[in-house]
Parts: sequence; structure tokens; C-alpha cells
Amino acid sequence: MNRLKKLLGIIWIALGPLAMAFLFLQAIDKVGLAHSDIERMNTILQWGIILFIFFPISLGLVVFGFYAWKGEYDQLENPD
Amino acid sequence: MSEALPKNSIFKVIGASSLGTLIEWYDFYIFGSLAVIIGDQLFPKDAGASALINTLAIFAAGFIVRPFGALVFGRLGDLIGRKYTFLLTLVLMGGSTFLIGLVPSYKSIGYAAPVLVLVLRLIQGLALGGEYGGAATYVAEHAPKNKRGFFTSWIQTTATLGLFLSLGIIVMTKNVLGADTFADWGWRIPFLLSILLVVVSIYIRMKMHESPMFSKLKAEGNVSKNPLKESFNNKANFKMVLLALFGATMGQGVIWYTGQFYAQSFLENTCKLNFNDSRYILLWGIAFATPFFVIFGAWSDRVGRKWIMLGGMLLGIIFYRPIYQTFLDDTDTSKMDLSLANYSKPSVKRELIDGTPDSLYTATTKVLLSNGASFNRVQADTISKTSGILTGKEIIKDKILPTSIFWKFVGLIFFQILLVTMVYGPIAAFLVELFPTKIRYTSMSLPYHIGNGVFGGLVPFIATLIASFSGSTPLSGLWYPIGIATLSLIIGTVYLSNKKDESIND
Repeated sequence: MNRLKKLLGIIWIALGPLAMAFLFLQAIDKVGLAHSDIERMNTILQWGIILFIFFPISLGLVVFGFYAWKGEYDQLENPD
Repeated sequence: MSEALPKNSIFKVIGASSLGTLIEWYDFYIFGSLAVIIGDQLFPKDAGASALINTLAIFAAGFIVRPFGALVFGRLGDLIGRKYTFLLTLVLMGGSTFLIGLVPSYKSIGYAAPVLVLVLRLIQGLALGGEYGGAATYVAEHAPKNKRGFFTSWIQTTATLGLFLSLGIIVMTKNVLGADTFADWGWRIPFLLSILLVVVSIYIRMKMHESPMFSKLKAEGNVSKNPLKESFNNKANFKMVLLALFGATMGQGVIWYTGQFYAQSFLENTCKLNFNDSRYILLWGIAFATPFFVIFGAWSDRVGRKWIMLGGMLLGIIFYRPIYQTFLDDTDTSKMDLSLANYSKPSVKRELIDGTPDSLYTATTKVLLSNGASFNRVQADTISKTSGILTGKEIIKDKILPTSIFWKFVGLIFFQILLVTMVYGPIAAFLVELFPTKIRYTSMSLPYHIGNGVFGGLVPFIATLIASFSGSTPLSGLWYPIGIATLSLIIGTVYLSNKKDESIND
């Protein structure tokens, strides 16, 4: 189980920036699709909120992955 | 110490804590339950769908700020004590809710209306961010070690009961005043009413004593000097904060908000159910499912917290799409047998469109089916001075379900709330056991409010946004809660321990 915890840590490290890149590309795409100024402003506001919130969380996921990869969670009781 | 507390005392502690927390949730949720009406009041009439989305953005802002409330009031709670901190959050919450009920509409003060509401909504979010962690910590620190899940599960019922109370008062006010008066000014009543509930709760909380564990820490001079630093700058503690967030509260949050808030929003806005019907269904579902918070909380004292919480996530991942597909199929008017339907004489309304010489001509026909179901067909055409008659698209709304389908929907909502009780019932005890007394309020509040407030609170907003993308289906919005719950399930399964911490007096 400890080996799996460490291996998955690498995935969490990668997932953080990947998720942010995905959200950023989605934001650019959706703002580009807006037809009017009001619609564009709404879309920018909505995606601005999403990016603002999820950036620190994705950073947290990277740190979580790093701790997992370094074996920080190995000493916890194994799940039963 | 806590083990010696008499049974009637612990129930006084639970009652006083739960009542205040219930009122805070009530205050927080009336805004969400009235999103459509508030959107009409706060934005220009022609804003259409963007009014709803912007209102949800304001609604979402209340959730986003919750983690900051957790930090501010969590720190305060670990420095000066649990009792006075969650008394303060109650005053802030009650005051801001009352003031939302007094904000003039867009018609009267223009864009100052949504800005004022946004500010008050942010105060609500901050207050709630400080409330829950305090109440859960306070009860857990009074509870005997073998009944921590059972006792804290009462606090867990408050969020759902707060939603129940908000829906009940909204439906009752609307029924008494009538739909038009309610949409005009009656929606303010549930906000104004909050001040009475808060005064009662403050009176009760003033009589409470400080948590015995915190009092002991204080007497020994061991209160944390800097709870934020000790919580997040200490690797041993911070790694548990991250684990609590990604392995539990993140998944719990999306299950909570999908099963209750998104479900109601989906029934009303996507399935076009009648205002009251969509709320009655949720009210019944909540009434039947609420006892299970306590059942799962108590069960977690015997079998551990982990697998109950993760079980709820797994069932949500499997069943959300079939459930919502059923909602769509059973309310699809194109699949209904209209051969024996009765059609009312159309009621016609003609009104001028602001700032133009054109007018809007609306004809509403009520269609009554032989099985008791009904809906309104609304045809809105524009009569233009220059272009003649511009025929609009027919809209179906205000669907009322036949009795059998109504109860089927109650069953499906009940099942979703049952999943909520699985993930949410044991989580307060789980979080309390993860962190030491002197930084418990701060440490448990942050992952809870990021998971529940941010990941969960944004479910209606993000799911509505995803469903509005081109090429998406009405079910596309569900990928957000399903994806987040799946990630949390994997992390929880691999990293969380099922072992309960016997002593939290550390």
C-alpha cells in the first residue's frame, strides 16, 4: 500500500498543473465564444472566479502529491 | 472530564449549539432557494439567463469566502475560546441576513443593489466559515469518546434542517401572499424573519459554558499563540489538513450540494417543475432522510468513519446519471399522452417593452392531463412597430406531476439525501479526531469549508455553466460532482485510516 501511495503521489503532482491548464484553456475558449460585450464580461467574471478559487487548491494538490511521494503518509495506519 | 458529563447536560450542549448552527444555515440557504426571484429583483429585466448566473455568482461568492471565515474565526476560536467566537458569528450572520431583506431593488437604486447584496453575502459567508467548526468542536469536546460520532451527528443535521426550514418558510410565505406579491416584495420576509430566530439563539448561547478541553488548556497556559502558523506552517499538521480536504471533505461537499441544491435547481430550471412542487419534493426527501445523519454518525462510532463516508461517494458516482435521466424522462412533455388532455382558454397579457415602442404579447394555455399532471404552454410574441409580429418559441413551464411520479421523485431525492447523510453524518467526528485541541478550530474549519463551501457550494454554479456549453446535454453538469467525488474516493481509499482517535484531549 505504501508503494501505491507514493506512485499515486506523482499523479497528484501532475494533476494540479494539468487541471489548471485545462481550466485556463476552457476560460479562453468560452470568453472567445461570447457574442456581446455584456456576455463577454459575464463569462470573464465567471471564469475569473473559477480560476481564482481553483489555483491555490491545485497548488495544494501538488503539495499533497509531493508529501505522498516523499512517504509522509506511509506512517498512517493502513486502511482496513 | 467529558466522559463525566451527565446525559442531560450533553443534550443541552447539543441543543444550544445545533439551534444556532441551524439558524446560520437557514440564513445562508434562503438566498440560494430564492436565486431566481432575487435575480429578477437585482438585475435589469432583459438580463435573461445571465441574471440567474450572476445571482449564482453572488451566491457562490458566499461560499468562496467561507474558508477565509474559517481562518479568521478559527484563529479567534483557538485563541479566545469556542463560545464567544461562535456567538460573534451568529450576530454577523443574523445582521447581514436581515439587511439583505432591506436592500432596494435594481429598479430603485440600479447596480448598487447587487453590490450591496454581494457585500452582505460575503459577510454571511465569513460568519458561516467560523460557525460550523466551532459548533462541531464544541460538541465533540463535550462528548464521551465512544459516542463522538453520535453526538456530533446532531450538528450535522443542522445544515439539512436549515435548508428544510428555509424551503418551508419560503413556500409558506408564497402560499399566504400569492405568487405575484411574493415575487414583488414577499421574498424579503424570510430574510427579515431571521432576526427573531437569531435573537432567540443568542439568548440560549449566552448561557453556555466554554468547552472543558479548551478551559483546561487555558488554565494550564497551553493555548496556542499563533494557531494559523501552528496549523499550516507545521508539516505534520498541514499534511493532515490536505488529506482531510482531498480525501474526504471535497467529495463530501459535492455529494451534499448535488443531492440537495442541484437537485432542486435541476427540477425547477431544467425539468421546469412548478415552484412549489420542486420544493415539496425536496422537503419530503429531507424529512425522511434526516434521521439517517444520526444513524450513520452513531454507526461510525462502531465501525469507523472512513468506509461509511466513502460508500456514500461511491453510490453517488454510480447513481447520479440514472437518477437525473429519470427526472428528465418523467417530465418530458413530448412523451406524455396528450390525446385526452384538456386545454384551457389562453390567458393573454400584453406589456410594453422598456425603451422601445414594441410590446410583448404573452398567451398562456394550461394543459391538464387525464392522470392529474398539468403544465403551462407559454407563447410570447413581440409586436414590433417596424417588423410586424415576431413569433417567439413556445415555452413549457409550471409542470405539476401526477401523484405516482411525484412520490417517485421524492424517493429519488430521498436516496440522494441518504448519500448525503452517509458522507456528512460522521465527518465532524472524523475531522475533530484528526487535529489537536489547541489548533482544532482552525485546522478542521479550513478543509471543511474548502471542501463543503468551495467544491460543494459551486456545484449549482459550475454544473449550470457546464450545461450551458454548446454541445452539452442537460446531464453534462453532473460530470463536475462525479469527477470530484471520484478523485476524493480514490484518495480517501488509499490514504485515509479507518482508525478512530480514542482521545482527542491532546
